[in-house]
Amino acid sequence: MAEMDSLPGIAFQILQSVFVVLAAPLLTGWINQCRAWLQNRSAPSILLPYYTLAKLFHKDAVMARDASPLFRLTPYVLFGCMWLAAGIVPVLATDLPFAPAADIIALVGVFALARVFAALAAMDIGTPFGGLGARREMLIGFLAEPAMLMTLFTAAFISGSTQLTTIVETLAHRDFAIYPSLAFAGVAFLMVLLAENARIPIDNPTTHLELTMVHEAMILEYSARHLALVEWAVAIKLFAYMTIGIALFAPWGIAEGGDWGGLPLAVAALAVKLTLAGAGLALIETLLAKLRLFLAPEFLATAFLLAVLGMLIHFLVSG
Amino acid sequence: MAPPSLDFSPLAGSLAVAVSWLAIGVVGLIPAGNALFARRLAFPAGALAGLALAAFGLQAVWLPAAQLVLPLGLPDLPFHLRIDPLAGFFLTLLGAVAAGITIYAAGYFRSETAGRLALIALQYHVFLASMAFVILADDAYLFMVAWETMALSSYFLVTTDHRLPAIRSAGFLYLLIAHLGALTILLCFGVMQGGQGDYTFDALRAAELGPPWATLAFLLAFFGFGAKAGMIPLHVWLPEAHPAAPSPVSALMSGIMIKTAIYGMVRVIYDLIGGVRWEWGLLVLAIGAATTLFGVLYALMQHDLKRLLAYHSVENIGIILLGLGMSMVFIGFGHPAAGVLGLIAALYHTINHAVFKGLLFLGAGTILHSSGLRDLNDMGGLIRRMPNTAFYFLIGALAISALPPLNGFVSEWLTFQTALQAPLLEHGVVRSLVPLFAATLALAGALTAMCFVKVYGIAFLGQPREARHAAPAPGGGHDAGLLERVGMAWLAAGCFVLGLLPSTFLEMLNRVSVSLTGGGLPAEALESSWLWLVPTAPEQASYSPVIFLSVIVAVTLLTFLLVRRFYHGRVRYSDPWDCGYPEQSSRMQDTADAFGQSIRHVFGPLYLMKRHLPAADDPAPRYSVQIEDRHWYLLYLPIARLAEFVSSKVGLLQRGRISIYLLYSFLTLIALLVFVR
Repeated sequence: MAEMDSLPGIAFQILQSVFVVLAAPLLTGWINQCRAWLQNRSAPSILLPYYTLAKLFHKDAVMARDASPLFRLTPYVLFGCMWLAAGIVPVLATDLPFAPAADIIALVGVFALARVFAALAAMDIGTPFGGLGARREMLIGFLAEPAMLMTLFTAAFISGSTQLTTIVETLAHRDFAIYPSLAFAGVAFLMVLLAENARIPIDNPTTHLELTMVHEAMILEYSARHLALVEWAVAIKLFAYMTIGIALFAPWGIAEGGDWGGLPLAVAALAVKLTLAGAGLALIETLLAKLRLFLAPEFLATAFLLAVLGMLIHFLVSG
Repeated sequence: MAPPSLDFSPLAGSLAVAVSWLAIGVVGLIPAGNALFARRLAFPAGALAGLALAAFGLQAVWLPAAQLVLPLGLPDLPFHLRIDPLAGFFLTLLGAVAAGITIYAAGYFRSETAGRLALIALQYHVFLASMAFVILADDAYLFMVAWETMALSSYFLVTTDHRLPAIRSAGFLYLLIAHLGALTILLCFGVMQGGQGDYTFDALRAAELGPPWATLAFLLAFFGFGAKAGMIPLHVWLPEAHPAAPSPVSALMSGIMIKTAIYGMVRVIYDLIGGVRWEWGLLVLAIGAATTLFGVLYALMQHDLKRLLAYHSVENIGIILLGLGMSMVFIGFGHPAAGVLGLIAALYHTINHAVFKGLLFLGAGTILHSSGLRDLNDMGGLIRRMPNTAFYFLIGALAISALPPLNGFVSEWLTFQTALQAPLLEHGVVRSLVPLFAATLALAGALTAMCFVKVYGIAFLGQPREARHAAPAPGGGHDAGLLERVGMAWLAAGCFVLGLLPSTFLEMLNRVSVSLTGGGLPAEALESSWLWLVPTAPEQASYSPVIFLSVIVAVTLLTFLLVRRFYHGRVRYSDPWDCGYPEQSSRMQDTADAFGQSIRHVFGPLYLMKRHLPAADDPAPRYSVQIEDRHWYLLYLPIARLAEFVSSKVGLLQRGRISIYLLYSFLTLIALLVFVR
């Protein structure tokens, strides 16, 4: 907290937040490229998400006549929430000045806030698809959120803290040891990541069949700059989740706040890790098929139970 | 014992407020036939008294305990009053929340007839005063008198519309369970006095109970107060009584009255019995977890807005019990710092729930009042007709869903932090059980968010579901009036203040815990500035809602300005996108039942469902599903059958002939002579 008034720390904080916001579409582009290769299609440019965003920003927004202020506000709130998340997660460095303001519980809270706003906006216009998407999204969320929290709690029990900074520093500087609880938590986290980011097997980010959509059905009414903000927020969310995973399960090479010398190494390590993780995600999405909607709760209940098991195993092993 | 002093110490002040509430109620009766008097004077005066009470309570938290003996009551059995930090905290809660609800009530009851309104004003203010006396009472006698006055006055308020049979039976159920609880509490006091015959709280505190008697007293207190709080399986009256009452009364009952039960639990278990044991904590945790999950799962199935809110009260009582249970487990194992944290989390959630549930019930009241609707399936698009109510209700909905940076999040955060202290515990099984209860809380929190997306999305967003409700009802369909808005705004502001300045309240609750348990939070936790909420140590956990909120607002504004600066703000309006299915109507929107369908699917075995599905060739197909509470069939109906069976057998004694009754007397005398020699 003393870090709050140190100027380099704040500069580092702003740098990281802006970096995440700007780099997030690149990760999405990379995953799409990998998936196209794996599926034997000719891949789009890795920069395609940027082009799409630019195109959307230039268009005129078309809005339903009955849209309430909540509907217009939501894209900004979503973007703001994700930007905030980008500031909390130790992407490039730990011990950032903003980190003490929100711990892992507050981080899960930010994602929940965004989800509630997105679901409300989906129900605002009153088309059947919006309501359907909102209902499905909340169904997925009510299991994914506790599973995520339990995963993070496992890490919190290992490090005795809910501060991401402390957690990551504990995990990064530990002697090499196998934590069985972290293995369970890792699997649970991966399952939550797939569900929370609307990826296969829970949802299909490329589908155009309204009846099978979850996330896409919610944002059906958005267009132009609002859609661009929503899509960008989705990209940041995926980026944030992946970096949370990296911070928890592979934190090596991360810099400390204000340590400009460590920055090049941190960026390089992050780039390598994200490249691998993105390719891995594309592989998972290629190998799996989408689950029927009512298997999704089962999938997430498994994740929740795995996370809880991981927590119990921590007590068994350490006790 | 200090003589009654007339300067306005917090105790004298609180007493004055309670008496003035009684006076307001009685004075309201005198100019009978003048509704304006009750609306313009009685209720606003009651609200002002509430504010004063909150101020006195706040003062009392920082002062040492004070006592007062009133020369009232039975001969040789005067009323004892006492104010200490715990009572001060609950008086603050009572006063501040009642102020908002009462000023709302001044607007809400505008269409009542004069005679009924005077009666409502009397019962309402007696209800308020009795709650104040429950908190101030320092002997079992005054406590029980106030407790029963509270039950009776609220019973009459619940049955305001007593011409409807459903409301009469809801009132009866409430009265029945309230009295079961009261009997249990009475027995608890009996056990605690330990044969001394002195029922002042000082004597109860001093009485040394052996472990079995202490545990018996705990069980009696837990279930007796639990009946009032609405923990399962004693919750059945809550979803019946809350919807039956007028909305400000529902808000009072759900916001404040069930909190007096939490007060009673804390007072009796921590203060009067003392020597908290961890086994008690485990029982509280188990029942709290069951209550939490049960409450939210049944709330998700409701389509009557007030019934839904009532089930959420059950859930939130469960969350408070989770905090209390953790606190008792930690104290029982000799970790007072973690125990204090749990107690603080529970008390924090108590005041949070009072504020946001009061707000939500007031919002539901405005909807009911202006559109006559209480079934979610009939609503839709209310945000356009009542934007003010929609705004306040949104704040309440976000707060109860435990979303940062509002108040619900703070208390759940503190409860999680308490659970994360589990590694301190030496007992292996308990150590791994405590985080499981945290998992229950996480699940319930996410389900609550789902439920309030359902409520808000269906009631306020979208389109009106039925054509006949699309046009404003004659003389209705308006937004909340000025006084109603003031009441809601007051409570909504409370959601923000409690959410944004948690360290101030943490300090206040720490005072309460110190006075109760003798221990407090570590000094490190308290010396941080008002910006930071640090329950244990900065490197363990911290949270700063002010920074959180300002960053989110700043970033959102920045995004808005950047988009406007570099692009444009042009908007074209058109019809919603119909996905190529042009025949869409507003009846195709999700209903409340449809929203719950996926939960019914996942948690099917927990519900008692009666489904009616039409046959394929049915010319007029109707779908229906009815969800019923399993507790009725597992617990209440068997008890009712048993009672009927026993009374039918007892009825055999009644022969209607005087000689037989004389024979009974004779036999009784013989029997007594055998035993009493």
